Amino acid sequence: MTASPTVRSELLRQRSRSARLFLLPMILALAIVAGWPLLRTIYFSFTDASLTNIDAAKWVGFKNYLSWIQLKSGRTIYSGLLVDPAWWNAVWNTVRFSVISVSVEAIFGMIIALVLNAEFKGRGIVRAAILIPWAIPTIVSARMWGWMLNDQFGILNDLFMRVGLIDHPIAWTASSDTAMIAVLIVDVWKTTPFMALLILAGLQMIPGDIYEAARIDGVHPVKQFFRITLPLVKPALMVAIIFRLLDAMRIFDLIYVLTPNSAQTKTMSVLARENLIDFDKFAYGSAQSTLLFLIIALMTMLAIWIGRVKLDGGER
Amino acid sequence: MRAKSILVSLLATTLICSGAFAADLSIASGDTGNGREFLRKQLDRFEKETGNKVKIVAMPANSSDQFGQYRLWLAAGNTDIDVYRTDVIWAPQLADQFLDLTEAMKDVVDQHFPSMIQSQTVDGKLVAMPMYTDAPAFYYRKDLLEKYKKPVPKTWDEMAATAKEIQEGERKAGNRAMYGYVFQGNAYEGLTCNALEWIKSSGGGQIIESDGTISINNPEAVTAVDRAKGWIDTIAPKGVLAYTEEESRGVWQTGNAVFMRNWPYAYALGNGPDSAIKGKFDVTTLPSSKEGQSSAATLGGWNLAISKYTKSPEEAIKLVRFLSAPEQQKERAIEIANLPTLKALYDDKDIAAAQPVITNWKPVFETSVPRPSAPTKVKYNEVSSMFWSAVHDTLSGNGTAADNLELLEAKLTELQGGSW
Repeated sequence: MTASPTVRSELLRQRSRSARLFLLPMILALAIVAGWPLLRTIYFSFTDASLTNIDAAKWVGFKNYLSWIQLKSGRTIYSGLLVDPAWWNAVWNTVRFSVISVSVEAIFGMIIALVLNAEFKGRGIVRAAILIPWAIPTIVSARMWGWMLNDQFGILNDLFMRVGLIDHPIAWTASSDTAMIAVLIVDVWKTTPFMALLILAGLQMIPGDIYEAARIDGVHPVKQFFRITLPLVKPALMVAIIFRLLDAMRIFDLIYVLTPNSAQTKTMSVLARENLIDFDKFAYGSAQSTLLFLIIALMTMLAIWIGRVKLDGGER
Repeated sequence: MRAKSILVSLLATTLICSGAFAADLSIASGDTGNGREFLRKQLDRFEKETGNKVKIVAMPANSSDQFGQYRLWLAAGNTDIDVYRTDVIWAPQLADQFLDLTEAMKDVVDQHFPSMIQSQTVDGKLVAMPMYTDAPAFYYRKDLLEKYKKPVPKTWDEMAATAKEIQEGERKAGNRAMYGYVFQGNAYEGLTCNALEWIKSSGGGQIIESDGTISINNPEAVTAVDRAKGWIDTIAPKGVLAYTEEESRGVWQTGNAVFMRNWPYAYALGNGPDSAIKGKFDVTTLPSSKEGQSSAATLGGWNLAISKYTKSPEEAIKLVRFLSAPEQQKERAIEIANLPTLKALYDDKDIAAAQPVITNWKPVFETSVPRPSAPTKVKYNEVSSMFWSAVHDTLSGNGTAADNLELLEAKLTELQGGSW
């Protein structure tokens, strides 16, 4: 506290200098593996590039995003990504998928975390076991579930039929009514453990004496949960939800394996890949990727902003 | 022409310079059933004969996935893969990335069916060499047709009626998992093949004709798709909307289907030792809409192309020549029932004895219909995707066939723009 201002600022400068030095490799790596591809993608979205001959790409401006022609009758016809119903369908699918899956995962994650937070024998083993779905690569679990959901050989149908829940096998991934449900089931199964783990970390930060005091005062356990646990775990919960939401917005592998061509489940990433590779519309796919990037960037900024308000302010 | 002669002389020089060296080759191949083990066996022989080493790069069985991976590798100029096993429809889309085989194969092309060489020739360039061809067949259970005293169906309606009767009879007799007809109804290239056959065999054209006209929106096509809609959840399981080849074979080979539409590979596997229907089935041409209307079979088939980025083109050519040669095609026909692309093999006694079904395939080729990959060029994948989506929507009850095909016509016209 008694150090003179000059010494302190010199120390600060030195620290920030070494910090910059330490950050340099990471920034360099990020620029190469993330920055450059991103810039290329944005560039290609303003060209007429095709995968067959990518070097011959010519600049076309905003044509991939929006272009219009005026008919003689005075009518204007719009075309491009911003008026493409397939794109907006994919955006809606993505949002719907993200909101539903993250909500369900938050609820299940909370329940599991509460159970794991209690003292019982073999808790360590249960905690490790619950992480298994999270540890399996998505491609593998999606394939596995693909077979489990199969209408003829699938174990799920067999199980439900034996129990009497359904009277005929359901074609989970084929039918347009159940395709999204199938995807949601698998995603919830896979990522609930992650949610539970983050919430559990939050729960363990809550000091036990608060509960003791509540118990002495005779507060009902349900009230304890809503008045003590929930407010105190909220910062951790919010972090978990924001992480998962951003993750869910770019969902690709699960849907690509399980229901790649169903319009009911096609998300932004799946659609972008289809245009980039299958349809020889590299530029159009790049435009979709760029928009996907912008949407996620916007969400991230929003999340950080909301997160700061909630995390630092504590109250609301 | 100049570029070609340079390439040829380049090839010749490398041939002279490095002819004595053995190369490490890679072949990308996505096989179904036991195709991979079989390919390995043939490659082992090739290795022994030439001293080269060949590695199989296994690809997913789903052909759309294969195509995506190929396109990425080729766009990136990947030098690790020398030979690609390509689908019959890919030649126009990937032609720029493959070597011209006209010179290297000129002594053997005449042995093949001209239509198959034609399908792999783009602007005078032989993009790939036919390895085996594929035309789907109509599989039927001999034992069940005998039991219910039914003839082999000739028309789609007859097929549906027979399927329904046998399905109900067998279910009453205790097999609750019995279905009448299984096909490939997932939203993917396979559905394009199936639906093209329904439409073509009803006189509804072939989506886009060879001159590029969009012909899909017509009453016959609408009737054909509506007819197929009627099969879902009656004679075909609802899950057929997610079936590819292997899922339908799964139902069929466990003895739970009366009829199946599938490629020839299912014939050899269906007669395998672990099959529940060994010796109980036979194949014929697919049904058509009415007596006198000719049936239709989508022309499939696999070919071998050489990447233009390969480091050892001359060894790769040897490999392609080996795999497309009569001995290998014959063995492939006998052991895994792949149809040869060589005319002479259809009169071969050994093949006739081992796989009598293959010699019967000649008439199937006469009714074969190509997918519109040639007129639509690089836009084919998108055309096919629009088509299978329209059909899949109809089959799953999202809109009527009339509405969906009308919309499809509009979308195709928009996609076509000035020209294909």
